[in-house]
Amino acid sequence: MAMEFLKKFFGSAGSKKVAKERLQIVLIHDRADISPEMLENLRRDMISVITRYMDIDTSKIEMDFDRADRSVAFVANIPVIRIKRGVAPEKQEPGTSNGGEKAYSKRKSGQPG
Amino acid sequence: MDPRVIVVTSGKGGVGKTTTTSNISVALARAGHKVVAVDADIGLRNLDVMMGLENRVVYNFIDVLEGTCRLNQALVRDKRVDNLFLLPAAQTRTKESVNSGQMEELCDMLRKEFDFIILDSPAGIEGGFRNAAVGADEALVITTPEVPAVRDADRIIGLLESMGKGPIRLVINRLKPRLVKEGEMLDVRDVLDILAIDLIGIVPEDESVVKSANRGEPLTFSDSAPAAQAFQRIASRLVGEDVPFPVLNDENGRGILAGIRKLFGMKG
Ligand SMILES: Nc1ncnc2c1ncn2[C@@H]1O[C@H](COP(=O)(O)OP(=O)(O)O)[C@@H](O)[C@H]1O
Ligand SMILES: [Mg+2]
Repeated sequence: MAMEFLKKFFGSAGSKKVAKERLQIVLIHDRADISPEMLENLRRDMISVITRYMDIDTSKIEMDFDRADRSVAFVANIPVIRIKRGVAPEKQEPGTSNGGEKAYSKRKSGQPG
Repeated sequence: MDPRVIVVTSGKGGVGKTTTTSNISVALARAGHKVVAVDADIGLRNLDVMMGLENRVVYNFIDVLEGTCRLNQALVRDKRVDNLFLLPAAQTRTKESVNSGQMEELCDMLRKEFDFIILDSPAGIEGGFRNAAVGADEALVITTPEVPAVRDADRIIGLLESMGKGPIRLVINRLKPRLVKEGEMLDVRDVLDILAIDLIGIVPEDESVVKSANRGEPLTFSDSAPAAQAFQRIASRLVGEDVPFPVLNDENGRGILAGIRKLFGMKG
C-alpha cells in the first residue's frame, strides 16, 4: 500500500519504463539499417576529412546513434591530438560526392495515426 | 463491396496470429460476410485444429495451385456458421513449394468468391511471410506488449510498408491489466508511441483462449469471454464501425485508465 503510494508519487518505477527505453534505443539501430560496411566507410571518410584539420587518435574513435527525446543523433567521439594551423578547405567538384547510400529512420517514432 | 485480402502477421512467433485469424474470421462470418480463412503456414499448419476442422481436411491450397483438385474441393465449409470456409495449408510440404506469383494467383481466385480473405501467416521475415503477404492488400500486425515482440513487430511493419501494404493496423494481444497498472508491462500508449501505426484492437490475456483452442471452437462463436469481445470489436472495426476502446479491468474489477482513455478519439 505504502509502496504503491510511493510509486505513484514518484512516477512509475516499474519495469515498463525500462522496457520502453530499451525498445526506443534498439529500434533506432534496427531502423537505421546501417550495415557494418557502411559504418566502416563512414568512419574512413570522416577520418580523412578531419585529419586535414587536426591529428586525431584513430584508435579511440567512438561512433554511435543516440536518442534524444524524439530525434536521433549520430554522435562521434574523436580524441584530438593536435590542431593544424591554416588549412584551406579542399575544393570539391560538384557531383563528385560519393552519394547513393543513405541512412535514415524509415518511420519516425511519434504519435500514432 | 470489393473483396478484402488481409494478412495476419507478426515478427515473433506465438503471439496470437492463428488465434486472431480464427476468431475474426468467425466474427466476420457471423456478421453475414462470406469469409475464407487461409492457412498460409505451409508445413506447420494449425489453423485447421484451432478452428476444429482438422478432420474434414482433404485437399490443401497447393493441390489447387498444382491442379490436383478444384478450389471448391479444397475449401472446408464450417457447418457452425454460414459463409465461413477454411483453406488449409499442406502439412507435408515446405514453404519453398510455392512462389509468390502462385500466391497472388490464389488470392485472385479467392477474391472472386469471398468478401474477406484472411491469411494466417508464418512467423518471421523469410519467404513464408512474403508469400503470405504478397497477395494481400491490408495487414493486421499482432504483438504482445513485450520487448522482443514489439521489436520484431517493428521490423515486420517496415517490410509490409516496403511491400506497399495498407492499411497496416496493430493488434495488441495478451495485455495483462494488473501488470500494466503496476507499471510492470508496456501499456497501449507505450506500444503505439514506439510503433506509430493505427491500433485496431486490444485483446486481454484470457484463459478461455486456451480452452477454446483445446476444443477447436473459436471464442467468437459465443460472446461472453473478454477476449471474445475484443476479437468481436476488431471484426467490427474492420468493417468500418466506430467501436470505442473500452477500459480493461484487472482481476479485482478495477479499471485501468492510463493510456486507453486517450484512444477513444482514434480511428481504426
Ligand atoms: N489473449 C490470449 N490469452 C491467453 N492465451 C493466448 C492469447 N492469445 C494467444 N494465446 C495462446 O498463445 C499461444 C500461441 O497462439 P497462436 O495464435 O498459435 O500464435 P501464433 O499463430 O502467432 O504462433 C496459444 O497457445 C494460444 O492459446
Ligand atoms: Mg500460427
